[in-house]
Amino acid sequence: MGDVQTGMEAKAAVPLVKVRDLKMYFPIHSGLFRTHVGDIKAVDGISFDIMPGETLGLVGESGCGKSTVGRAILRLYDVTAGTVEINGFEIAHVDRDSLRSKRPMMQMIFQDPQASLNPRMTVASIIGEPLDEHMKLSGDERLARIYELMDWVGLNREFAKRYPHEFSGGQRQRIGIARALALNPKFIVCDEPIAALDVSIQAQVVNLLEELQTRLNLTYLFISHDLSMVRHIADRVAVMYLGRIVEIASREKLFADPLHPYSQALLSAVPEPDPESERNRRPIVLQGDVPSPANPPKGCNFSTRCPKVMDICRQQEPGVFDFGEGRQVACHLYSESMKTTAEPTGGERTN
Amino acid sequence: MPDTAMPILDVNGLETVFRTRGGSVHAVNSVDFHLRPGELLGVVGESGSGKSVTMMSLLRLLPSPPAEMRNGTVMFDGQDLLKISPEALRQVRGSKIGFIFQDPMTSLNPVYTVGFQLAEPLRAHLGMSKAEARARSVELLKLVGIPDPERRLKDYPHQFSGGMRQRVMIAIALACDPKVLIADEPTTALDVTIQAQIIELVKELRRKLGMAIIWITHDLGVIAGIADRVMVMYAGQVVEEGPVNEIFRDPQHPYTQALLKTVPAVRGPRAERLQVIEGQPPIMRGAPVACSFRNRCKFAFDRCAVENPALTPVHAPGHRAACFLLDTASTPKPEAVHG
Repeated sequence: MGDVQTGMEAKAAVPLVKVRDLKMYFPIHSGLFRTHVGDIKAVDGISFDIMPGETLGLVGESGCGKSTVGRAILRLYDVTAGTVEINGFEIAHVDRDSLRSKRPMMQMIFQDPQASLNPRMTVASIIGEPLDEHMKLSGDERLARIYELMDWVGLNREFAKRYPHEFSGGQRQRIGIARALALNPKFIVCDEPIAALDVSIQAQVVNLLEELQTRLNLTYLFISHDLSMVRHIADRVAVMYLGRIVEIASREKLFADPLHPYSQALLSAVPEPDPESERNRRPIVLQGDVPSPANPPKGCNFSTRCPKVMDICRQQEPGVFDFGEGRQVACHLYSESMKTTAEPTGGERTN
Repeated sequence: MPDTAMPILDVNGLETVFRTRGGSVHAVNSVDFHLRPGELLGVVGESGSGKSVTMMSLLRLLPSPPAEMRNGTVMFDGQDLLKISPEALRQVRGSKIGFIFQDPMTSLNPVYTVGFQLAEPLRAHLGMSKAEARARSVELLKLVGIPDPERRLKDYPHQFSGGMRQRVMIAIALACDPKVLIADEPTTALDVTIQAQIIELVKELRRKLGMAIIWITHDLGVIAGIADRVMVMYAGQVVEEGPVNEIFRDPQHPYTQALLKTVPAVRGPRAERLQVIEGQPPIMRGAPVACSFRNRCKFAFDRCAVENPALTPVHAPGHRAACFLLDTASTPKPEAVHG
């Protein structure tokens, strides 16, 4: 399993992260007795692999479930179904103690550095906390490690005694990155790490993430709604809509020639800082809003807004079609020309 | 001031200072700009560059204290908005100048129906009866593309999605047929596909109603698609302004140039490494006495530290920038400084 893989890496390479048919439902309780009346299907059966040293971009609009994917993979939630394998260890269903021993290899960088740093802790204690929890270091070793981490992320060592509020947004995000790196992780989930930052600061943080990836051989899941940034940083990109991956492809393929109607609309909606080409750009304007994940439409999730909707889309979930080189699309448009895949990286589904 | 029609809004020497216990912050420093009828002026800059504070100062929407409007004139309709009585100002706000805020959830009142909030300006400013206001509200919701308007008037803001809420905000801002619409980051909180819907809507409304619009954003892509003219702000000052094509094709200020390069493209060639602007924007503790961008500017030279550059005309009509590099007589060649 897992050898029908991305064209980017050598065929022999083993994926570092392997997600199969992951489901994350949040129950809805209602009425006097808080009876279980339904589920919010935030993530509804997604599968993908991430190769060592690779960056997989996960894009989609708010509410599509992309952040839930990131959190579920790291077992910040107890997943409803499916398997997650990181560096050969099954994460999704292990008990707390063995999970805890695996925590160092998988870390997270959060969206809002303001909210994810304790305002009453100094930078040194924030970065040092994971060291205290998972490693036995002497005071000197600990301080040396903290300084080393601060150097890596470009924070002045003199700031070690300061508190988060004394820093700007970009610097705070660097503190969050240093904390994530403290335990030498292999895999980092970056959950909208630049969304709260200004444009000129975003570029600084993205360049830092790229430098660190090269230096420490990190593997990233880069969750973002900023398509131009994802195009910059990701090797492969998965597009999510309403809890499912609709298309997964290499960066070049996806941005040059998106196949799923939703990917097409999403990419065409991004304005470009060029007045000339903007004048001629005709975005595919989708009608209406995203349906509620508590009550997804019958058939294809995108059928209520799809400009190319056919009768079958409202009846039957589309299968996943493999276009080779790791590119997979879940859409009925390709059912004529393509054969369904056997081993998907982007959304295994049984009809 | 260049060619054509008389400006509908003319701002000169606007200065806003926040006085707090931690010291004063000079948020708007001698800002001049104008807006012509039917024009869309894009205002870009990072957070803290003074975009929103400038626009809120025009309508005196900032609480005072801590805000203090020290200087300047804001000429609109033959009167200075900074001098007129609160009563007269109320007639301008919401009726002749409409305002759309960034976050439609916090700027709509959650305990009143959308219908009530739409009717409020109509009854207050135009003296409409309940029935007239209702009819006009339905018309407005139809105009901004909200399906089933009669029924939706009875709904509360939380019953609308983000994009629909922003449409409601636009409907309220348009209620009294304003001559000027100020939109403060109207699509920043929205997803790209919803942003595309709102931008198409604004383009269409401009064609139909012909009002002048000031559109504040940090998204250069949005500006490129809709603006006629662009004003770039940094540290509470206008550092460059000009026609949209000029600003994007031939930016003169090092800040504008850097800002345009930091944004990766979603189409066309892909850069291996992103360009960055090192450092942080300054906090203006006093009125600027030197170029505020000099510490982040790779072309900075001695003069930048002792004098604050004024906006000077660049070759193209209406294009001005505040940088000593344009003052060729006193300036060393950029290469010489840099390399």
